[in-house]
Order: sequence, then C-alpha cells, then structure tokens
Amino acid sequence: MTTLAVARRRHRIVPYVAQRTFIHVGLVSAAFVMVYPLLWMTATAFRPSEQALIEDSLWVPEPTLENFVQGWSAVGQSGFGVFFLNSFIVAGLAVIGNVLSCALAAYAFARLPFRGRKFWFGLMIGTIMLPIHVLLIPQYLLFNALGWVDTFLPLIVPKFLATEAFFVFLLVQFFRLIPREITEAGRIDGCGHPRIFLRLILPLSVPALTTAAAFSFIWSWNDFLQPLIYLTSQSNYTVPIALSLFVDSSGTSNYGALFAMSLLSLIPVIGFFLAFQKLLLDGISTTGLK
Amino acid sequence: MIDTHGQTAAASARPTTSDASADPARRGRPPRTAWTEAQRTTAAGYAFLTPWLLGFFGITLLPMLASLVLSFTNFSGSFRTVEWIGFENYRLMFTVDPAYWQSVRVTFTYVLVSVPIMLVFALTVATLLNKGIAMLGLYRTIFYVPSLLGSSVAIAVLWRFIWGETGLLNNVLDLFGIVGRSWIGHPDTALLTIMVLNVWTFGSPMIIFLAGLRQVPAELYEAAGLDGAGRRQRFWHITLPSISPVVLFNGILAVIGGFQAFTQVYVVSGGTGGPAGSTLFYTLLLYQRAFGELRFGYASAMAWVLLLIIGAATAAVFASGRYWVYYGDER
Repeated sequence: MTTLAVARRRHRIVPYVAQRTFIHVGLVSAAFVMVYPLLWMTATAFRPSEQALIEDSLWVPEPTLENFVQGWSAVGQSGFGVFFLNSFIVAGLAVIGNVLSCALAAYAFARLPFRGRKFWFGLMIGTIMLPIHVLLIPQYLLFNALGWVDTFLPLIVPKFLATEAFFVFLLVQFFRLIPREITEAGRIDGCGHPRIFLRLILPLSVPALTTAAAFSFIWSWNDFLQPLIYLTSQSNYTVPIALSLFVDSSGTSNYGALFAMSLLSLIPVIGFFLAFQKLLLDGISTTGLK
Repeated sequence: MIDTHGQTAAASARPTTSDASADPARRGRPPRTAWTEAQRTTAAGYAFLTPWLLGFFGITLLPMLASLVLSFTNFSGSFRTVEWIGFENYRLMFTVDPAYWQSVRVTFTYVLVSVPIMLVFALTVATLLNKGIAMLGLYRTIFYVPSLLGSSVAIAVLWRFIWGETGLLNNVLDLFGIVGRSWIGHPDTALLTIMVLNVWTFGSPMIIFLAGLRQVPAELYEAAGLDGAGRRQRFWHITLPSISPVVLFNGILAVIGGFQAFTQVYVVSGGTGGPAGSTLFYTLLLYQRAFGELRFGYASAMAWVLLLIIGAATAAVFASGRYWVYYGDER
C-alpha cells in the first residue's frame, strides 16, 4: 500500500522537478542575456580605456577610476558636476510640482462630487493619451515669448499645473479607496476640505504619493526631448543632453570615459527603483505606468 | 481600460447629491452667507482643480488648437511673414515630401513588428513566473529594470557600442566564427537594433500581465483539470481569455508609446535617422522639420496627423477587442 503511494508520488515529483529546473534554466538564461549589456557597461567603465571595446568579458583584473575622473570634465567647461546638479534641480522640482498639483486635482476628482466633475474627469483622462508632439511647437512659442527658453522653467512650471495626467489618475485610484467614513468624521468635526486633504488624505496616501514621486523623478531624469529643445547653453544642460553631446563628439577616442558617465547617469534611476521597488511594481500593476 | 474604469467609478459615486441639493439655490433663494453643502463642495472642487484647469487650458488645450491653426500656415518663427496656406502643408506631406512616407514606413514597421514581439515575450515570461516559481521577486526585478532604463540616453549610447562594427555583438559572433557587420551602420539592420531595444523593455507589460494572471480564478483551472484539459488547452481556453482585457490594455499602451519613440533613435542615429533614412522615425522627422529647419507650420501638420494616426490605431485596437476581449462580468 505505502510503497505504491510513494511510487505514485515519485512518479509525479520527478516531472515536476524537471519542469521547474527547465523553467529556471530558461529564465536565468533570458535574464543573463538581458542584463549582460548593463554588466558589460559597468565592467567597461572600470577598465583601462585602451581595452574599452576590445574586452567582452565581465572580469576586470585591474579596476580603475581613471574613466570617471576623465569623463567628469570631458564635456564643456563646466563638466558633469554641473550637469548632474542641473538634472537634480529639474527632477527635484518636477517631483514637488507633480505630487502637489496632481494630488490637489486627484482630491477633487476622487472625493468631491462637484458639478461638472464627470466632464472634467473625461477630459483629464483624454490628455493621458495625447502625444506630446501636438503641444510641442505652440508650447515652445509660448515659452519663448515669455523669455523662458534656456531656463529650467519650461521643464518645471508645467509640472506644477498637473499636466502629467497619469499621476492624477494614479492618485484618484488610490484616494477612492480611502473609506468615506474617515473623511465624513472629519466633516462632522468641522474640518474644511483643505484640512481634510492635508491632515487625513495625504497622510493616508503616502504609498501612492511615493509612487508618483519616484516615477516623476525617473521620467524627468530620463527626459530628453524637452531639455533638447529648451536648453541651449552648455551650463544649463541636463545629464542626458550632455551625454548625447559626448557620444557625438568623442569620435573614436575615450570610450571608457563615455561609459563611466553613462553608468553614473543611470545610478539615480536604479537607486530610486531599488529604494521603492515594491511600491513602484504595485503602481505599474494597477495603472500601467512605465 | 483606464478610461472606462475611471469614468464608471466617477459616475457611480454619488451621482445625484449635487444636482438635487443645488436646486433651491437655482430657484433664486440662495442663503447669502451660508452656502449649501453642494455649493460648498462645488466651490471646493474647482478650488482644488485650479492648477489642473490652468494647465489644461494654458498648456494643453490652447497649444493643441494653436498647432491645428499653425498647420494651415507657413509659419517659420516670425509672425510678420506668416500666411494662411490652407491644406498646402498636408498636400506637401502626402504628395511631395519623400522623407514623410519614409518616416511613416519606418514608424509603422517599428510598431507592427516590435510591439507584438514585446507583448509575446512579456506574456511568456509572466506565465512562467506565475507558476509559483522560487525567487519570483528577483526575476521580476531583473526583467523590469530594462524598462526603467530603456528610454535613457545612456542605454542608447550603450546600444551604439553593442551593435557597432567592433561592438559587443560582433565580438560574441566572432567566437562562433561568424563575421558580423556594423548592424547600426547598415540600412537593412539599423531599424532592427532599435526594435530589439524596444523588445528589451518588455518588463513593464510583464508586470501588468503578472497582476492580471493572479486575478484568474483558480476554480476555472480546477474545473478544467477535472475535465482533463492539458496545459496548452488551459492556456488557450482559460488563461488567455481571462486576461484578454489586460492584453488589450498593454497593447494600447505599447502602440501609443511606439508611435512616439524618439530618444533612442535620436541618439543611435546621431539625430539623422540614418543610414539612408532607415531609422527616420516620424517623431525624428517632425523634430528636424520644426527645430532644425524652423518649418513650424509643416511640423504642426505632421503632429496633427500623428495625433490622428495614434487615435485611429487606438480605436482600431479597441474595436478589434470586441472579437477577442472577454469581460468576465459580461451578460
């Protein structure tokens, strides 16, 4: 009796183990192929520049920081110190602007049954799908007329006006889940909407606000098209613009330095992701953020 | 999915309160000092919405209409010489400018080839990860990270050195005795490298698929197991129909994103769309016409056609969903 059961069990377990192993082998090789370029980039950044494109392995026998030193001052007179500072200023203000303005709009859409809400909500959703290219030229003319070209203002001011509707949508979804009793209790205690928003809704929504903040940072940090159009003098360049200038000007020399700076430019993004990984992956699952 | 989900929820939440209690106010007996609850709510609603309203009118709606107007002019930066030229820009685009059709071909090829492949990858990996596999979190992270980095200049720079004449790929092929070429430098393969870059970012639809797969009711699989359905049958008859709304959602996101791809191709081709126009994406040509040649009118016309293309593509994907998307709560 028992031997029969064990035999039957073993009969099922063997294919199970084989199947699992098979899946893991497939996944690990896929992951390896996908990540190899990133690891290779890292290895190349730490390798003496002469070997930059010749060596394909990930093994770096004598790691050096020489590429980082050279790359840091390779573009323009200001060097990457200024570009990183610029990128941090722009991305930091974009985060503040997005979170503030999108949370305000989301509170109205999610918690205030005001007249016309459905209409405005429909329009807001519509703007998510809108390609930026239909706005690009008139926005440029507008910001040019205001004297904002070659400043950070065109990259920052729109964020304070909740133009990244995706974040409004994300926060609306979250604010709706907060039980109505909580805010009703606030109303009965005589709180106005500003107080309810600040004292109840925002503290209860820290996860969603963090998700919006992290994605704002990453998108703004990676943004290329808008800085390319608006920033004209080198001292105002953000990191992506400086990198693209670097790759076009470096000719056939200093690849090591180029790789070092490219790697460095990815670190804030990866850092933000690793810090808020769980929140970000949940955010993607529910709303389709990139 | 975004759309309908959001709207129905907005509609169902207290649809009548404001109308009903706003009525007495409209009859001309508004209490001067004490607002009704509904009026207060409406005032608060618009107060909270003010930044968004400013942004919507000032830097979304008006620019959008302005670019429609500009598309009928020869505007090139100076309002002194601007003239209304009717549909001339559109006529030039469709019948004269050879670069225009090239950019349409390139962009459609890119979207039609790389988006389905990316989605198949995403769904395949998500299905494997959904089998209660060990180290799920680690795999998820590794597969997702490229999506996060895919639109960065750094990765585009890296791509140039992977697919170049002496790049990583050719060095690897060399080990197998295959002599490669500059994949980026050759018109037949340059677009391929950009498509691979898009497929490389399959992690973000994968995450959405994973969330969808977790929603498939286990009873369905149990019932199918009792009926003796095999693994393949279960996938085609249970899994796929159950997550078809998610497939639709991912498809729409990827199509919209695909038509707007810009950064990678700008960096990989050095802003030219070369070699021989083989990576001349729509957005790249638009950028060249607008900010390289200052043909703002022409570029605005291109932008509006892009808007219509994206709208039509989205509508087509939606409409096709009628035949293959299955909503569980449908009666």
